[in-house]
Amino acid sequence: MHPQLQGSAVEVAEPPSGTPRGGDRPDRGDAARRRIASWDGPAIYVEDVHKSFGDVQALRGINLVVERGNVLGVLGPNGAGKTTAVKILTTLLRPDRGRALVEGRDVARSPAAVREIIGLAGQSTAIQEELTGRENLDIMGRLYHLDPATRKRRSDELLERFDLHEAADRPTKGYSGGMQRRLDLALSLVARPEVVFLDEPTTGLDPRSRLSMWDVIREMVANGTTLLLTTQYLEEADALADEIVVVDRGTVIAAGTSQELKNQIGGDVLEFVVVERDRVAEAARAVSGLSGAEPLVDRETGRVGVRVGMDASQSLVETIRRLDALGIHTEDLGIRRPSLDDVFLSLTGHVTEGDGGDPAAQKGRSRRRRDRREQ
Amino acid sequence: MTTTATGLRSLVALDVPNPPRALRFRLAAADTATLNRREFLIWLRNPAFIFFTIVQPVMFVLLFRYVFGGAISVRVPGGYVDFLMPGIVAQSAAFASFATAISLARQLQRGVIDRFRAMPMARSAVLLGRLTADTVRLVVTLLVILGVGYAVGFRFRDGAVPALVMMLLGVALGVTICTISAYAGLTIKDEEAVSSFGLVWLFPLTFVSSAFVTVSSMPGWLQAFAKNQPVTIVIDEMRSLALGGPLALHAWQSAVWLVGICAVFVPLAVRAYRRAT
Repeated sequence: MHPQLQGSAVEVAEPPSGTPRGGDRPDRGDAARRRIASWDGPAIYVEDVHKSFGDVQALRGINLVVERGNVLGVLGPNGAGKTTAVKILTTLLRPDRGRALVEGRDVARSPAAVREIIGLAGQSTAIQEELTGRENLDIMGRLYHLDPATRKRRSDELLERFDLHEAADRPTKGYSGGMQRRLDLALSLVARPEVVFLDEPTTGLDPRSRLSMWDVIREMVANGTTLLLTTQYLEEADALADEIVVVDRGTVIAAGTSQELKNQIGGDVLEFVVVERDRVAEAARAVSGLSGAEPLVDRETGRVGVRVGMDASQSLVETIRRLDALGIHTEDLGIRRPSLDDVFLSLTGHVTEGDGGDPAAQKGRSRRRRDRREQ
Repeated sequence: MTTTATGLRSLVALDVPNPPRALRFRLAAADTATLNRREFLIWLRNPAFIFFTIVQPVMFVLLFRYVFGGAISVRVPGGYVDFLMPGIVAQSAAFASFATAISLARQLQRGVIDRFRAMPMARSAVLLGRLTADTVRLVVTLLVILGVGYAVGFRFRDGAVPALVMMLLGVALGVTICTISAYAGLTIKDEEAVSSFGLVWLFPLTFVSSAFVTVSSMPGWLQAFAKNQPVTIVIDEMRSLALGGPLALHAWQSAVWLVGICAVFVPLAVRAYRRAT
């Protein structure tokens, strides 16, 4: 990094995470944010929340607890109820039943107090594309009733931190998808929210933009912000979250750290393709003793996969040794993280139903199901 | 973290008092000003929008003055152009509300409004900011039209004060129609559907009126609607103000219509905004 840039980055850095929260942070001088009795419970607390839209039960008694400063990844396919949960926690929807507290403020009874301390970004966008990045930030600062000096300082700081300073004075219409997401996240952080909600922040981004988004999210979290993040990618929850809950059809079906979840679903998958198709069975036999799990064999493609538990690298070495001893040639040998489909298959016995958000496909499927029932 | 809620059920939510009324009012005014500012910045970046906002009504003035005008006979002192201008002012004011509906539907679709609703912002600010910006836009548009009108022979015949009142009435009509459009935009939620819907109700409302022709030239069944609909009533009042005529006749009816429409559609639009998601 250019030394000058580095210098300014240090200058604009957030106060260390040890700074007492809710204390007199210098930038807090906005009229709207009122000092409210301190809360020492969890930052997010959701108890038995139900929400229906007509006949559709989006949430059927969901429970979540996120301690202050932690990152919770809410993992689930389309239609699992992730967005509904975020909308309830950000006061956009009222729960039908149950309660949800954000920093002790009840989302149904004190929505205005919740809005003062949260930030929201993700699927929706607050960006006005005719305006420049800096103007967008300034408008947000005004809407949070920050004074002009604070607005300016916050904008500069966020533009620098999210690597947008060069594009700051260009209309956001010309920003790439990744830049727009980063700016959008910056917009939600203008007022230094205590709790941030990110609803599928990287859906639709290319891999490189996704990685840079992960970086800015990590940096945000390092400053002690509580984060609830929804995602369809196990990999993303794994990379960012302290704890993960898996939701399906409106309830939490599994919870724990990513390691615990992987244990629960049997860990990583070792996969390889046997070059000589007639030796596939032999190769499968060779690795079947690795973890006790039976290998999955696809004779068509010569692909062999086996769950290897937590000892993935040991298993990898062992596999190579055994196959080499037999003189079996392989391609594409490697360890694969279990996908969301693997998680779902092992937790629920059914595969995910969202299929990348194609409502037509979903409709078709449910129609087929209905047809089957009617026969 | 635990996902089982047991053991935490004793949690009692913080009791959060609402901010004092005076503060709420001050913040609502500030938010409205911010969103107003935002609309203007957007318009300044969008010269095409300004151009068409102004060029379209000017085109209407010229079309009706020179293409249709010759074929339409009216009995007013200055001829058709004097008859036409109050009508064009009203019609342009009504058409200006297209942009209101489209912009709100668009922001809803993109999720901008969701984000605003999750912020400590006055609920009324998005609508008020938009409507105040629209008011300024209307004033500019109407002044341009009037300038063109003067260039092609239109004159106010009844003095400056009635002329000013006529302009204000035109703006009031435009803002009133904007509240209907705002409601439509927030309910239909789809940019393209909203603009087709705008055509469906704005064209009949402005053309089946006394804006361009005398109502008595229409077939009887159509006259029944044309005579009694609010746009005709407001235009007749504007025409009396511009050209000199019986003012009292349509004054209270215009006021009742405009206030009545606002009384219905402002709460509807606010409710649609609260629920929109």
